[in-house]
Amino acid sequence: MIYLKLFLTFLEIGAVSFGGGYGMISLMREKALENMWLTEEELLNFIGVAESTPGPIAVNMATFIGSEQGGFFGSLCATLGIVLPSFIIILVIAALFRNLLKYKSVRAFLSGVRPCVIGLIFATGVTMLLSKLTGISTVYDEFSVDFIGAAIFAATVLFAVLYKKLSRKKPSPLLLVGISAVLGAVLYSI
Amino acid sequence: MKNKRLLLTLFVTLFKIGLFTFGGGYAMIALLEDEFIEKKKWIDREEFLDMAAIAESTPGPIAINAATYIGYKTAGIAGALVSTVAVCIPSFSIIYIISLFFDAFLEFRLVANAFRGIQVCVLYLILSAGLRLFKGMRKNVFNVISAVTVGTVMICFSLFAVRFSTVFYIIICGVIGVAVSLLSEIVAKSKEGEK
Repeated sequence: MIYLKLFLTFLEIGAVSFGGGYGMISLMREKALENMWLTEEELLNFIGVAESTPGPIAVNMATFIGSEQGGFFGSLCATLGIVLPSFIIILVIAALFRNLLKYKSVRAFLSGVRPCVIGLIFATGVTMLLSKLTGISTVYDEFSVDFIGAAIFAATVLFAVLYKKLSRKKPSPLLLVGISAVLGAVLYSI
Repeated sequence: MKNKRLLLTLFVTLFKIGLFTFGGGYAMIALLEDEFIEKKKWIDREEFLDMAAIAESTPGPIAINAATYIGYKTAGIAGALVSTVAVCIPSFSIIYIISLFFDAFLEFRLVANAFRGIQVCVLYLILSAGLRLFKGMRKNVFNVISAVTVGTVMICFSLFAVRFSTVFYIIICGVIGVAVSLLSEIVAKSKEGEK
């Protein structure tokens, strides 16, 4: 039953992933690949769309994957799944423990989780970058470099760094997505 | 009657915020601050800061956490429900409509190639989010070691196709955090005892 599966999977993602949208990507990738809902490239496409449209990234991703797998009700179940844990946890906190963060054990738990989430985000980014640009997702894969991809990555980094130097703020994700889309459309089509 | 008006205002405000926030939770918190402290004065600044800290520290999307909390504080459980639904509706509708046409859209070679470029950009966005969080992290020995260890172990596991769920990393690190804090407390107490 795909609806129940979508609901429960996103319920789990919503309940255990700390650190907001990016913190969710590692678990979301794991679940999507495990259930064969998406390939790695489709996942990146979806994140690209989720980044370029308004609203919470996590909700966008849940709606997207849900709709691809189970149509309208699929997207409803997935979105409900990702929102429900937050909703319940926050209601309990707001009603009963407004000073939750003042408890020592809670602070200790979070102090352990925070660096972990950062490590997870990095590892997910590095693993996917390696697989995208060199074709290696496990050591058993063959090495094949995507030179155009590497050039676009270098151009994106360069642009972001220059932009930050000149305007003193970081470029919006939307701008970067737009530039890389044009570069991709031109360079891969030649 | 007054309650209905309040719920309607909450709905409209959160719907608007859901529609105009790009870039996820942190951007949304800035918009919420503008609406609820500056304009409407429904919540005082100190409570808002408490709320933001809780929204960022609890699991789940930060924007949903913040919307639920503010809704509850303003108009109880009904308020929480209205706010959460309202903040989700714009995302949900926009993405649902896109998802209907997305696969057909990717059939065009030019679009597919554009997305191959976008895929690379998304990897940059993920890594730069990681970098930004790392910069903001307090650099004590424990934090740096945990972040580096988790990152390295996860990359190695995935290279050698070892399956180890993300959930376990989070739980293990949380437990280690509690253990380290207990341990340092015991050490501090025994030092006091010596004096």
